[in-house]
Amino acid sequence: MIDVWVDSIIGGLLLGLVYGLAAIGLNLIWGVMKVINLSHGAFMALGMFVIYLLFTAFGIFPYFGLVIVIGLGLVLGMLTYFVALHRVIDAPELSTLLATFSVSLFIIGVGTFVFTTIPYAIDISLGSISFGNITILGTKVATGLISIAFTAILYVFLYKTRLGKAIRAVSMNRVAAELMGVNTTFILALSFGIGIALAMSAGALIATIFPFTILSGGVYELKSFVICVLGGLGSPLGALVGGIVLGMIENVVTLQIPTSYVPVIEFSILVLILLLKPSGLLGGKA
Amino acid sequence: MKKVAVVLIALILLLSNAAAQETKDKILIGFTMSQTGKFNSESKEQVQGLKLWVRDVNAKGGIYVKSLGKKLPVEIKYYDDESSGDRVQQLYAQLITSDKADFLISPYSSGLTASAAIIAEQYGKIMITTGAASDSIHNKGYTHIFQIYTPASRYLTGALDMLKAADSNAKKVAIVYENSKFAKDVATAAKAYAEKNGFEVVLFEAYAPGTTDFSSFINKILAKKPDAIIGGGHFADGETFAKQLYEKKVDVKLVSLLVAPAVPEFAEIGDAALYVTGPSQWEPLAKYTRESAKKLGIEWYGLSVEEFDKEYKEAYGYDPGYHAAGGYAAGLVLQKAIEDAGTLDTEEVKKALEKMDIMTFYGRIKFETGKYYGRQIGHEMVYLQWQKKDGKLVKEVVWPDAAKSSELVYPMTTKYGEEAKGKAKETAEEKQAQEKPKSTPGFEVALAIAGISVAYLLRRKL
Repeated sequence: MIDVWVDSIIGGLLLGLVYGLAAIGLNLIWGVMKVINLSHGAFMALGMFVIYLLFTAFGIFPYFGLVIVIGLGLVLGMLTYFVALHRVIDAPELSTLLATFSVSLFIIGVGTFVFTTIPYAIDISLGSISFGNITILGTKVATGLISIAFTAILYVFLYKTRLGKAIRAVSMNRVAAELMGVNTTFILALSFGIGIALAMSAGALIATIFPFTILSGGVYELKSFVICVLGGLGSPLGALVGGIVLGMIENVVTLQIPTSYVPVIEFSILVLILLLKPSGLLGGKA
Repeated sequence: MKKVAVVLIALILLLSNAAAQETKDKILIGFTMSQTGKFNSESKEQVQGLKLWVRDVNAKGGIYVKSLGKKLPVEIKYYDDESSGDRVQQLYAQLITSDKADFLISPYSSGLTASAAIIAEQYGKIMITTGAASDSIHNKGYTHIFQIYTPASRYLTGALDMLKAADSNAKKVAIVYENSKFAKDVATAAKAYAEKNGFEVVLFEAYAPGTTDFSSFINKILAKKPDAIIGGGHFADGETFAKQLYEKKVDVKLVSLLVAPAVPEFAEIGDAALYVTGPSQWEPLAKYTRESAKKLGIEWYGLSVEEFDKEYKEAYGYDPGYHAAGGYAAGLVLQKAIEDAGTLDTEEVKKALEKMDIMTFYGRIKFETGKYYGRQIGHEMVYLQWQKKDGKLVKEVVWPDAAKSSELVYPMTTKYGEEAKGKAKETAEEKQAQEKPKSTPGFEVALAIAGISVAYLLRRKL
């Protein structure tokens, strides 16, 4: 029995790290731009299919393909910013919400046309380690570690580099940042690009462990929202913690209760956090 | 003058009607087909099977009707129901009233059949249903609807019989099923059956349609240590479930899932598919023969499995599935009932159907006459198991005894042992054949990056 618990905790932790990575993208875009990115899930699904195509058509091993996914995400994100968001960035939040939603519809629509909604899967195996009932899959360990690595890199980027500091400056006060000579348009585009790149890489990582369809992004998008609120908006570390909490709920708590209750618990937590600590577990000032 | 004309016309009509009845020169069978809409592909198969039966019957001159002292050819009349229940009702009414169909065959799917059954019952026409596994069509008091498919309530009960026959010590069963109407009906019925037969259901839980992560279910299964897992729902989730059970090396003796194992694409998950079992209405491999009929002491009727398989392949160019077999069997059952009754009279044919207990290429056919009137009680699901032949995954029928083409491999966990042996051989071969990136560079790179960044962070913080 104890080994099942250990197995669940490890599984939840590894899954939670990926959820966290997905949420960081959303978090960053909200934190810097005050844009609720409804195309988050669509870009995650796009990441899944990019890694799938790289793997099946060009034989690129998924973890190397991630580099390409990130590059592509950065470019696509910045492009999306200039095409869809730049003109409405100062408009009320509903406008940006609708703009990102239309991007989402566009991606899902084209994706459905090209890939239909049948499930795809990337069939790779990194073996597994097992003792007793505990079986840890190599692919899950890899995705967990890569998620930590990406979060760490982002952290370093935001806190230690000039560009990162500029992003944080813009997130604190755009006008002041602009007065200090920061090219805010570029910074906003870059932030959106980074956010999308993170979403796509999270999607790509998820694709290596679970089957997916073009519509899969929606599920993870919802989870990302919960995680953002849980962990605290504008805090990458908070998102990671939030992700782990969610992963634990899905894997550990379900040992005792029916799995269909999971969404109830998740969204109850969402409501509770919003009521009691709106800044989230690790969020400083909201 | 006008009055006379009306009376005359009425007379002529009446007479001509009577004349038509006297010179009955064909048997008209009506049904609808989903030529458009979501049931298109399954319905097409079903109708192809039925058309094959019509061809076979008419090649022999038709069905012999004793009361007329001659053989009558069969004619079919069908419309496109657009996979819609509303259309089905209009069209069946039309088939009965204006086309004057003698007998009816159901459309494809339980939903459409339920709609059609209402009309057939209202007009008192016999309808043979195929492609419809729902039990609920038969608990409404209808007395003209006869089912060919094994009903949902018995979809997975055979798996339990199979388990019992293979290992009388196996007692614990986990039922994990998709939260959809069909899978839920099947699972609920299987649970009741399991408990009645002395099994202990240690887990009974539904997963949401479209689930991709089964880890929480697998953890529960690991905690409860069942002997068998049954359930599933549709193809994608069943395939994923089987794959993740395998990845986690779950130690169970039997896995039986709905739908997925019966689909040829199930083999794409490779060794994870090995020894997984699943129910199917019919398979070309099923060995229903005259001998198996004799063993049961019932009559054999119609062509053999091989003949059906061959004819279908010649006519349409590919192997028949159970949809096609069901279509053919529906015609066959009707033919037998008409021959037994010796007349086209609905009540007589109904009596023949009630008495029917035959073995066909499709399996045994016998109808319930009690509470669930017309429900299929003779036909059994066949259970497939994916086995390995010459290194290739193949489907074999392992249950029931009357149909099996191979022995059940039990317990299925023998594969983990075989694999360890197989793997050693494989890697040796692989080294010679080609250099694949067996090691995991991504993994190590990720580790390195994580290590460096953590070190960097710590250094800066301190």
